[in-house]
Amino acid sequence: MKALKVKMKSDKNLRSNLITFGMVIGVYIIMQVLLAAGVVSSLVRGLLVPLCTYAILAVSLNLTVGILGELSLGHAGFMCIGAFTSAFFSKCMQEAIPIAALRFTIAILIGALCAGLMGLLIGIPVLRLKGDYLAIVTLAFGEIAKNVINMLYIGVDEAGLHFSTKSSLELNLSENGTVIIQGAQGITGTPNDSSFTVGIVLLLITLFVILNLIHSRDGRAIMAIRDNTIAAESIGIPITKYKLMAFSVSAAFAGMAGVLYAHNLSTLSATPKNFGYNMSIMILVFVVLGGIGNIRGSVIAAVVLTLLPELLRGLNDYRMLIYAVVLIAMMLFNWAPACIQWREKMVYRLKSRKKLTKEAE
Amino acid sequence: MKNFKKLVGAAMAASMVFAMAGCGSNNGGGGDTFKIGGTGPLTGGAAAYGQAVRNAAQLAVDEINENGGVNGYMLELNYQDDEHDAEKAVNAYNTIKDWGVQIVLGSVTSAPCIAVADKTKDDNIFQLTPSGTAVECTQYDNAFRVCFSDPAQGTASAQYIGEHNLASKVAIIYDSSDVYSTGIYENFVKEAEKYSFEIVSAEAFTQDSNSDFSVQLQKSKDSGADMVFLPIYYKEASLILTQANGMGFAPKFFGVDGMDGILSGVDNFDASLAEGVMFLTPFAATSSDANIVNFVKAYEEKFGETPNQFAADAYDGVYLIKALIEKSGVKPSDDVATICNGLKGAIVDYSFDGLTGSGITWSADGEPNKAPSVVIIQGGVYIEM
Amino acid sequence: MSFLQYLISGLSLGSVYALIALGYTMVYGIAKMLNFAHGDVIMIGAFTTYTICSALGLPPAAGVLAAVVLCTLLGVCIEKVAYKPLRKAASPLAVLITAIGVSYLLQNVALLIFGTNTKAFTSVVSVNAVRLADGQLTITGETIVTIVSCIVIMAGLMIFIRKTKAGQAMLAVSEDKGAAQLMGINVNGTIALTFAIGSALAAVAGVLLCSAYPSLNPYTGSMPGIKAFVAAVFGGIGSIPGAFIGGILLGIIEIFAKAYISSQMADAIVFAILIVILLIKPTGILGRNIQEKV
Repeated sequence: MKALKVKMKSDKNLRSNLITFGMVIGVYIIMQVLLAAGVVSSLVRGLLVPLCTYAILAVSLNLTVGILGELSLGHAGFMCIGAFTSAFFSKCMQEAIPIAALRFTIAILIGALCAGLMGLLIGIPVLRLKGDYLAIVTLAFGEIAKNVINMLYIGVDEAGLHFSTKSSLELNLSENGTVIIQGAQGITGTPNDSSFTVGIVLLLITLFVILNLIHSRDGRAIMAIRDNTIAAESIGIPITKYKLMAFSVSAAFAGMAGVLYAHNLSTLSATPKNFGYNMSIMILVFVVLGGIGNIRGSVIAAVVLTLLPELLRGLNDYRMLIYAVVLIAMMLFNWAPACIQWREKMVYRLKSRKKLTKEAE
Repeated sequence: MKNFKKLVGAAMAASMVFAMAGCGSNNGGGGDTFKIGGTGPLTGGAAAYGQAVRNAAQLAVDEINENGGVNGYMLELNYQDDEHDAEKAVNAYNTIKDWGVQIVLGSVTSAPCIAVADKTKDDNIFQLTPSGTAVECTQYDNAFRVCFSDPAQGTASAQYIGEHNLASKVAIIYDSSDVYSTGIYENFVKEAEKYSFEIVSAEAFTQDSNSDFSVQLQKSKDSGADMVFLPIYYKEASLILTQANGMGFAPKFFGVDGMDGILSGVDNFDASLAEGVMFLTPFAATSSDANIVNFVKAYEEKFGETPNQFAADAYDGVYLIKALIEKSGVKPSDDVATICNGLKGAIVDYSFDGLTGSGITWSADGEPNKAPSVVIIQGGVYIEM
Repeated sequence: MSFLQYLISGLSLGSVYALIALGYTMVYGIAKMLNFAHGDVIMIGAFTTYTICSALGLPPAAGVLAAVVLCTLLGVCIEKVAYKPLRKAASPLAVLITAIGVSYLLQNVALLIFGTNTKAFTSVVSVNAVRLADGQLTITGETIVTIVSCIVIMAGLMIFIRKTKAGQAMLAVSEDKGAAQLMGINVNGTIALTFAIGSALAAVAGVLLCSAYPSLNPYTGSMPGIKAFVAAVFGGIGSIPGAFIGGILLGIIEIFAKAYISSQMADAIVFAILIVILLIKPTGILGRNIQEKV
């Protein structure tokens, strides 16, 4: 009996996971068909990679916020690290490794690894903090990452790499040297290696790893820590290990999203808009709107909220205003107990009406 | 309950995808109107610049249409918000591309402009940026700019200060988180080595801490500077002038074209604080030039504020496009590549007279060749030096 | 001498942060929510005063009063419409996200009403600057007024919470909403009152922020808002004296980092010091010592 229950539960998980994968693959196939048919507008074509980027970011943050239960406001910082390390690599190796696929694969690994390592390094001291204190420290980390990258100048010539924090003049490059990271202007001319297919593959990898992690023994340990740290500790779960695991995996995938972001645009600079706390908060919005701990919801929310401002372009000056109103309305609709009750009532009515009509037949 | 939520979510996502897919691409000729598309920040911290560009471009388009258009064809402007972000700029560009854009007037700020330039190159669409100053904005041969580039301004400022012996000790306050500001700063320092004046301090601020300048000013003061060079926008400059006044520090101030707007872009600003400020600008709203007077009057009537150099650059941009269309004889029914090639060919040996200079010529690398003039604010107006 | 001048600059910057942080911490202490829209209420307050004083030409007192009244009403309305329905939501993060939505909303409303042009705010402070040491040191009137208002407000809040019935009710609500309700306390009313006070403080903070740094646009409030949030956490969020100390310290650290280490890296240094302090003292400077959270 008990075994059956466990089996049923795992079946349910499996089904839910399959729906998530099916949804992503389904959208991919539909989009490919539409692309082949040539009916997709440039706007949508241009949005495909960003949509994958934000979906990966939302899913990875959900691991920290939903599964580990810690509030992080520095997710964009990890994205920033992944973006810059990988773009730096790609720019340096553009001639050395002419095969784009190979170079991009290594770039993805580098970006994810660097961000994951950073997550680990930061996680060790920081995860002792709780709640809003953890939130503020992660926010601080994200701002530090942005600020440091903004004043970083790196150039390369025959003698190797040159660093400076003042200006590109102080790099003392030789005639043939090139500046790779140019302070506030960041990296210009990163190869455009990102594509929709790569984005979807990375999203599927993210989903696969994170869903498996959640439903594994480790995942259950992480959720036990979330639900009751003291109880989890008392039954012998190593708190620090699991917290770090979740946090650094989350950071690594954010870094991977950063790689995708960096190789989609020809210019990469760390501004408050793309790597500041505003972006961290935006990713958090995806997670909360999609449902905390709900991986599929994160993907849907990321897609909806990224498309929304683009769809509202017709409203001209009122665009961002309406966007804010819609965001508030969606939050109330999804989260307010009164709304949930109302929705339950509506669903119940619909169902009973269906039953009645069926019985009448 | 859950089903309901899912249903709503899925329905929303699906409807969005289809709504957008449905838009389809309606590229190709616009019949008898030229479709000019623009991108720039209309919301966010840089909105003041983007809105000025949009307003002035619209003004120019309306004027041209009222006077019978270009070669008998009308112009149509579609201006999209890029929120001063590279990714949003690409979205904005794709939006105008779906609309069928034939000539791009954008972007306003450097990083978005570089991102858009990459796309216009692929699509072979003529791009003219009113105010993207970074060198890379015009790195492809389809992109040109109306304003000065960062190196041009930094170099010209140093030359002017050096040649006119305006100062012996110069302090710099710049925005290290801004492409425009760091670009000018670097080139200024590079050029300054050739002259006798000395750079005694160079202090930075960032967009995250751009209200308190007491430290930067104190350091400039302590270093004995007799001139402070401000390669920044007027928004921060107005605070710097106020705070310098508050601490009794009165050096000469020297700015670049971002300083234009100090008298009109900051409502309620005490203009006496800007007395004696010098800066490099291609445009002065208080000029007595008839074209400028008309432009300023029309702009003020329509939008209720005084135009700044962003507006002037955009206005010139539209008229330049008009002139190039006339010269090359392209038609709205041509495909974008033909238009691009026509305009590209027309611009290189054309001499343009506009609000931001007369006899401006362009080289094939996209840079305008115009003489920067330095103005000084006296009695609340710009006086050319 | 320049050290002293930097210290004074730090104090004046810090006092503005402290004033904003007081409102933050007040709302957090009782409603247990991070009100990310606080910075934007500040901006609305400053715009109100600007409109009344500079555009209509009325005296500063009228402007400040109007800002306080408008922001109080605004705060209560926001609470009613956007936060209250989510008070019993399954996760406390829901209301945080709504607050972000409200913040975007306020920014964009201001953008539509007031336009993009930066406004030079006319200071409402008529206290003269104090010059010490033969005029080498200057303490501006705004600094004096801000610090005095901070101390007055801080003392006022502490007395209000300890000595009045409404204040005691707030304390009870912050401890345990359910128990407070059973004791006959009007929980909704108390939380609404908290938002009213918090927003009124935001109005005062907005006016003084813009008096000290006279540059006003729709995004003026957001960065000081975040910095004040940092300051509030720094001092131990929920603690009123903590917010004051956190704000002042943050201002001084920021100025010293700019002055003595690197003006480019000042932001990074401030945040790095914050991290270090929180690692040593995980609940902020006064977080644990204060038994009674507001």
